[in-house]
Amino acid sequence: MKRGHAARTAFRLAAAPLVWLLVLFAAPFAVVLKISFAEPVVGQPPYTRLIEIGSAGWRLLATGANYVLLATDALYVEAYLNSLRVAATATLVCLLIGYPMAYAIARAPERWRNPLLMLVVLPFWTSFLIRVYAWIGILSTNGILNNALIALGIIDDPLPMMNTNFAVYIGIVYSYLPFMVLPLYATLVRMDLTLLEAAADLGCRPWQAFRKVTLPLSWPGIAAGSLLVFIPSTGEFVIPDLLGGPDSLMIGKVLWTEFFGNRDWPVASALATVLLVVLVGPMLVLQAVERRQEQG
Amino acid sequence: MAGEGAATGTFLRIDGVAKRFGDTNAVDNVSLAVGRGTFFSLLGASGSGKTTLLRMLAGFETPDVGRVWIDGEDVTEVPAYRRPVNMMFQSYALFPHMSVAENVAFGLRQAGMPAHERVARVAEMLALVRLDGHARRKPHQLSGGERQRVALARALALQPKLLLLDEPLGALDRKLREETQLELASLQRRLGITFVMVTHDQDEAMTMSDRIAVMEKGRVLQVGSPAEVYESPNCRHVAEFLGAANVFEGRVVGSRNGCAEVQCGEGPGLLRLPAATGLDDGSAVAFAVRPEKIVIASAPNAGANSLAGTIEEVAYKGDVSIVRVRLGDGRRLRVQETNTQRGVPAASRGEEVWLCWRPEDGAVLGA
Repeated sequence: MKRGHAARTAFRLAAAPLVWLLVLFAAPFAVVLKISFAEPVVGQPPYTRLIEIGSAGWRLLATGANYVLLATDALYVEAYLNSLRVAATATLVCLLIGYPMAYAIARAPERWRNPLLMLVVLPFWTSFLIRVYAWIGILSTNGILNNALIALGIIDDPLPMMNTNFAVYIGIVYSYLPFMVLPLYATLVRMDLTLLEAAADLGCRPWQAFRKVTLPLSWPGIAAGSLLVFIPSTGEFVIPDLLGGPDSLMIGKVLWTEFFGNRDWPVASALATVLLVVLVGPMLVLQAVERRQEQG
Repeated sequence: MAGEGAATGTFLRIDGVAKRFGDTNAVDNVSLAVGRGTFFSLLGASGSGKTTLLRMLAGFETPDVGRVWIDGEDVTEVPAYRRPVNMMFQSYALFPHMSVAENVAFGLRQAGMPAHERVARVAEMLALVRLDGHARRKPHQLSGGERQRVALARALALQPKLLLLDEPLGALDRKLREETQLELASLQRRLGITFVMVTHDQDEAMTMSDRIAVMEKGRVLQVGSPAEVYESPNCRHVAEFLGAANVFEGRVVGSRNGCAEVQCGEGPGLLRLPAATGLDDGSAVAFAVRPEKIVIASAPNAGANSLAGTIEEVAYKGDVSIVRVRLGDGRRLRVQETNTQRGVPAASRGEEVWLCWRPEDGAVLGA
């Protein structure tokens, strides 16, 4: 009886995230997937049905045309590649800035760690949208940064920073940096510092000990932080829309245009589906690598 | 100074070393000399400064004052990574992302040893600690005892001049610990490397060491062989930290038959100590008598110190019994009796007995 009870409890515990996943991810995604195989029409809803039931029985109307379009139209391919490029670069920059930050916080005296972490999380208390708008004020031609640089005599004419890829990078790195710092911090603060003494004892200078012990042991944090930055920034819409120029072509923006501008729900759905596949792929590879490392 | 040390066989010399953390003296003016090839133990309770002292030898702490010489070289300012010293950590500190072989090879790789030599040395070290078949495992796949042996192999791989061991057996269970004590001591004799071990376990220190330094509050109280520190403790703390001791305090009142006579309070009358202790009449003296030196008898023994008392408690431990006896003046003594005869109890509660010990079994304690 006891075992049955324990099994029921375990099932109930597992049921909560399962229901969450079904209702909030699987079901909406099924709808998107379904629409991606339809054709756009003028009407309500603005796409065709997949199955038509007539007097002669039923007929499947699904079409792969949207996916063929994505694969063949250079605009979409370019948008995907550019998004991945921007996201990868921003992730790398976040890592280069976030690692020293996380390291410094993790090695700070214990009573300083929580206040420092609070500072990292503090921007979340203001709306994401407002914080991105604030960057317009800083980066625009007449903005704070240009005025400051001119006042200091460093430049004579304002630098064009708004509506460039540079502004997009600034926006993404700024917005997603905490997602890099937090998992890195969690990994670094857990590390047993006697390992570094052991490395020193065996002949490592401090930087060698870092390279051979600290860095390999922070790999889980690097992986988690990079995924948390890379995935949302690939599909990022607000930042390229507000800070980027017309040439900062990112998939989130294209998707938005297809959906609201062109009212082409099927192509927009196909775009979203492909984006998901593109993002899930690297995650599965990463998991496989980690599993092999654990076994090795 | 350095040459002098080497000439007298002193391998490690600690000279007037002190270290403060905040307002506590972690190590307070410690001077020690350790001979080449010695198994030396720093024994003390937690907070006695033994670990701080060990970390100074490793190079993880720098003394505020004083110098440290290893093999004739002043290493006080030498960083850990350049000392000819390796340490076995209490937590073992094995690199979790590396296999057993990679852990053992770590220092060799760092020293730039060619690959074929390195492979041979790793194999040799793993054979030494009987872990031949485990080279490819990760630390988390090993038992506690196996991890301890990997840590030892890793620390020995560089063939250090001095091996430091921080509570090396602390994480093992009792049975494994006793086996490993003897194993580690015999390994040390075989390799001839100087070992300095930190431990809070007096039994461990006695079993393994050639010499023991007993520490308390950052100071070294006594240095000597296990027999010296046990049989001739120089102060009450050493006497009570290493095993149990019955401590008497009194005043020398005279001498008779080559023995000093000591008056201890009102109750027990005169107790005798060997005259060789060189005590003047009238001086205050404290001495300790180990529980196993005291014999329970039915009548006083003329040649020995004899005190009458009543048995209060008997703790039967199988091989021995620990007996608590209350003397006439209310003082309680601890006596250890060996249960030499099957089925015959060494003593029983309520019995009126005499406690006897030879004058030379009293160890005079310093101030």
